Amino acid sequence: MASGVAAWLPFARAAAIGWMPVANCPMPVAPRDNSKRQDELIVLNVSGRRFQTWRTTLDRYPDTLLGSSEKEFFYNEETREYFFDRDPDAFRSILNFYRTGKLHYPRYECISAYDEELAFFGIIPEIIGDCCYEEYKDRKRENAERLQDDQEENKDLKLPNMTCRETMWRAFENPHTSTMALVFYYVTGFFIAISVITNVVETVPCGATASQKDVPCGERYTVAFFCMDTACVMIFTVEYLMRLFAAPSRYRFMRSVMSIIDVVAILPYYIGLVMTDNEDVSGAFVTLRVFRVFRIFKFSRHSQGLRILGYTLKSCASELGFLLFSLTMAIIIFATVMFYAEKGSSSSKFTSIPASFWYTIVTMTTLGYGDMVPKTIAGKIFGSICSLSGVLVIALPVPVIVSNFSRIYHQNQRADKRRAQKKARLARIRIAKTGSTNAFLQSKRSGLLDELLELTGTEADEQKLSKSVSLLESQHYHLLHCLEKTTAHEFVDEQMYEQNSLETALQSGPSRSPSPSSSHGDSASTCCGCRARRKGTALPDPHPNPNPLPLPGPQPPHHHYHHPQQGPLQELSAIHIQCGDPASHKTSRSILNQKAEDGSRINCRRGQVTTAIISLPSPPTLDGDGLHGPPHQRRPPPPPGPTQGPPPSIQTTSSSSHIVKVSAL
Amino acid sequence: MGIQGMELFAIGVVIILFMAVLKQFGILEPMSSFEDSSDSDLELSTVRHQPEGLDQLQAQTKFTKKELQSLYRGFKNECPSGLVDEETFKSIYSQFFPQGDATTYAHFLFNAFDKDRNGSIRFEDFVIGLSVLLRGSVTEKLNWAFNLYDINKDGYITKEEMLAIMKSIYDMMGRYTYPCVRDEAPSEHVDKFFQKMDRNRDGVVTIEEFIETCQKDENIMNSMQLFENVI
Repeated sequence: MASGVAAWLPFARAAAIGWMPVANCPMPVAPRDNSKRQDELIVLNVSGRRFQTWRTTLDRYPDTLLGSSEKEFFYNEETREYFFDRDPDAFRSILNFYRTGKLHYPRYECISAYDEELAFFGIIPEIIGDCCYEEYKDRKRENAERLQDDQEENKDLKLPNMTCRETMWRAFENPHTSTMALVFYYVTGFFIAISVITNVVETVPCGATASQKDVPCGERYTVAFFCMDTACVMIFTVEYLMRLFAAPSRYRFMRSVMSIIDVVAILPYYIGLVMTDNEDVSGAFVTLRVFRVFRIFKFSRHSQGLRILGYTLKSCASELGFLLFSLTMAIIIFATVMFYAEKGSSSSKFTSIPASFWYTIVTMTTLGYGDMVPKTIAGKIFGSICSLSGVLVIALPVPVIVSNFSRIYHQNQRADKRRAQKKARLARIRIAKTGSTNAFLQSKRSGLLDELLELTGTEADEQKLSKSVSLLESQHYHLLHCLEKTTAHEFVDEQMYEQNSLETALQSGPSRSPSPSSSHGDSASTCCGCRARRKGTALPDPHPNPNPLPLPGPQPPHHHYHHPQQGPLQELSAIHIQCGDPASHKTSRSILNQKAEDGSRINCRRGQVTTAIISLPSPPTLDGDGLHGPPHQRRPPPPPGPTQGPPPSIQTTSSSSHIVKVSAL
Repeated sequence: MGIQGMELFAIGVVIILFMAVLKQFGILEPMSSFEDSSDSDLELSTVRHQPEGLDQLQAQTKFTKKELQSLYRGFKNECPSGLVDEETFKSIYSQFFPQGDATTYAHFLFNAFDKDRNGSIRFEDFVIGLSVLLRGSVTEKLNWAFNLYDINKDGYITKEEMLAIMKSIYDMMGRYTYPCVRDEAPSEHVDKFFQKMDRNRDGVVTIEEFIETCQKDENIMNSMQLFENVI
C-alpha cells in the first residue's frame, strides 16, 4: 500500500459507498479505531535540533523505529520529547521519508554514515527513490571496492602454516613477499626482454657476405640465436610448470589469460623442434615464429600499467563495439559513394567498393596515404565530407574509453597510496594500542601505590595519585583486571614479554632461589611486567624497605618463584593463606612465618600477587583468585621477604574485596 | 549520365551544408518558424488555488475545524497546487488497488466529485463530497450514489451506464481472483441490479425508484452506515 497517499485513504473508503447499492451481499464490519485520539504533534529532538511532526505521519511505517513503540525507549519524560543522539543532518532525509514516502540520498552525505543512520532508524536502503538510487548505488560500489582493497592487503599477512605449494604461489603472485620471489621476478623479466630483443635483432640484416646480399643476422649466426632461444624457452617452460604446480586451482590457472600467453609464447619453439625442415611446412613454421612476439605480453605480469590497460579495454568492450559498428557503417556508406563518384574518371583506382574501403578508412582516420585520391569534383566533395565525418565518428566513443581508463587508473593509484600509508597507519594503531596497555599497567602500579599509601596513611600522596585516572579509564582498567583474574594471567607489554621469554629460555633448572629475576618456566606468560624491571632488587633483603613503594609490586612474585620445587598448589595455597583474613591467619601455620609473610600479605592486598602465582599449572579446582586448594601439604611459605613494611597487624580489609577469601588451611 | 547524377547529388549536399552554416549566423530565418511553440512554455504552468476560508467550509460541510484541517493537510500534501486534475486523481486512487486497473472507476468518481465539470477538483468540492459521504443522511448518500452511476447526469440510469460502472468495478479486481471473473459477470450483475431496481420495467432507473428500492433493502441500508467514522 502506498503509504505516501495514506492521507487519502479516508477518501477512498468514503468513496466505497458507491459500491454499496450494487453489492448483493452484506459488507464486512469496518475495523474500529479504538485508539482514536486527536492527531498530536510529536517533538523529535535530534542532537538539539527539534523536529516536529504529526504522530500519524510517523505511524505510516510501523516497521521502523519511529513508527513503532521502539521510540518509547528514547522518550524523555521531563521535556516530553523523544531525544535521539544522532546526526541531525541525516535525520532530515529520514523524516522526509515519513512525510513524503520517498527516501532521498543527499549527495554530500558519506555513504557509510548514511547507511548507519538508516540502519539505526530501521529503514532499508532499497526503498531509496529512483531519483537518488543510482547515485547511492555508485557510491556504495565504490565503498565496497575500497573495503575489498583493504581486505586484500590484509591477506598479505603470512599465514603460519603454508605448504610449499602455497608459498610458491604467493611468491609468484606477489614478488615482494620474499627475496627469492623478487629474484625470480627479475630473472624472468630479464629473460623476457632478452627473448624479445633476440627476436627483433634476428631479422636485422647484418653485414653482407661477399657472395650474397644482406642476410639477416638470424641466418648468419643461426647457432647463437638458436642457443639463446632455447635458453629462454627453457626458462619460460620451467616457470610455467612451476606456476602450474603451485596454482591452487590448476584448471582455472590453465584457463587464465596469462597462462595462455605463456603457452603461446613457448609453443612455437617446440613445434619447430618437432617439425622437420620440410619445404611445405616451413612456410607454416615461419608463421609460427610470429607468435613468438607474444612473449612481450608476459611483461604484463611485471607492469601494472599494462594490466590496467588490458582491463580497461576489457571493460570498455561495449564502447569499442559501438565505435567499430559506427565506423563500419560510415565506411560502407562512403566507400559506396566514392566508388560511384569516381566510376567515370579514367584510370581510377576505385575499382570496386571493397577497393574503396581502403580509401575510406585511410581518409576517415585522417591518415591520408595518398595512394588513392579522387579525381572528379564529386569525388573530391564526398572525400572531404568523409574525412570530416571520420574525425567526428572516432572522437565520440574515445572519451568514454579514456574516462574508464582514468577511473581504473586512479583506483589503482589510490590502492598504492593506501598501501604506502599502511605502514604509517599500522604504526599509529600500534602506538595507540601500546599506549593504552601502558596506561593500564601504569594504573595497576599506581593502584598498588594507592593501597600502600592507604596503609601508610599519607593522604596527600594518595590524592595526587588517585585523581590521575578518569572514571571511564578506571572502569576500563577494572574490566581488564577482572579479565586477568579470570584467566589467571596478566597483561604485560611487548618488551617485558620478550625479555621474560628470553629469560625462561636461558634459565634451565630450578636454581633460582637467589635470583630475583628468575621466572618460573610455566609462569612466563604471567610475568608481571614490574617484575622484570625489578631485576636488580635483591630479594633476600632483610631490611625494611626504605622505599616501600616500588617493591611491593614485584616482590610477591619473586617470593614465590623462589620455590620452584614447591608444587604450584602449595604456592597458591600459601598465597591464599596470606591473602585471607589476617585474623584467621593468626591461628594458621602462617603465624610461624609471619615475618616472611608480612610483605607478601601486604602485597596480597594489591591483589596482584595471586595472579602471578595462579599462573602456575594449577589443578582445575583452582581458578581465578583461588578458591579451595588442596592445602594439605604445606611447606613453609616463601623465605623471609625483604619487605618488612608495616607490621602485620594492619588490617587488610581493603584487599579482601579483591580476593576470594577461601583459605584451604 | 552517372557522373552527372553524382555531381548533381554532390552539389545538392553542398547546398544543404551551406544552409546549415547560414543558419548559424541567423541569416536564414525560414527554418526557425517551426520552433515558435517553445515560447508558449514560458507562461506560468502552475496555478495555485486557495480554498475558501475555514469558517465558510465549516458552514458548508458537517466537519469540525480539526477534521477540516487534517483533511486539508492530506489534500495539500498530495496536490501542492491545490487542484486535483484527473490524472493525479487516477494515480492516487490506483495506488489503493494495486492488482487491478482502477482508472475507469476513478474517472467516474472524478466526475462525481467535480460538480462544476471544470476538469479539476478543488478542495471545496472534495470536502463537500466527503461531507455528504461521511456525515450525510442516508438519502443524501443514496443521492450521491445515484449521481455517480448516472454518467451523463440526465436523471436516469440506463443499462449501458450501469454496465460501464459495473465493468469498471470489476476491473479493479484485476485478473487474479477466485473464482475467475468471467466476461459475462458484469452484465449479469447489471441485470440483477435492474431487476431489483427497475420497478416499472421501463429499462431505466430513476432516482425515486433507486431510493425507494434501496431503503427497502436491509443490506444496503446497513452498509451505508459502514463508513461513518472514517475521519
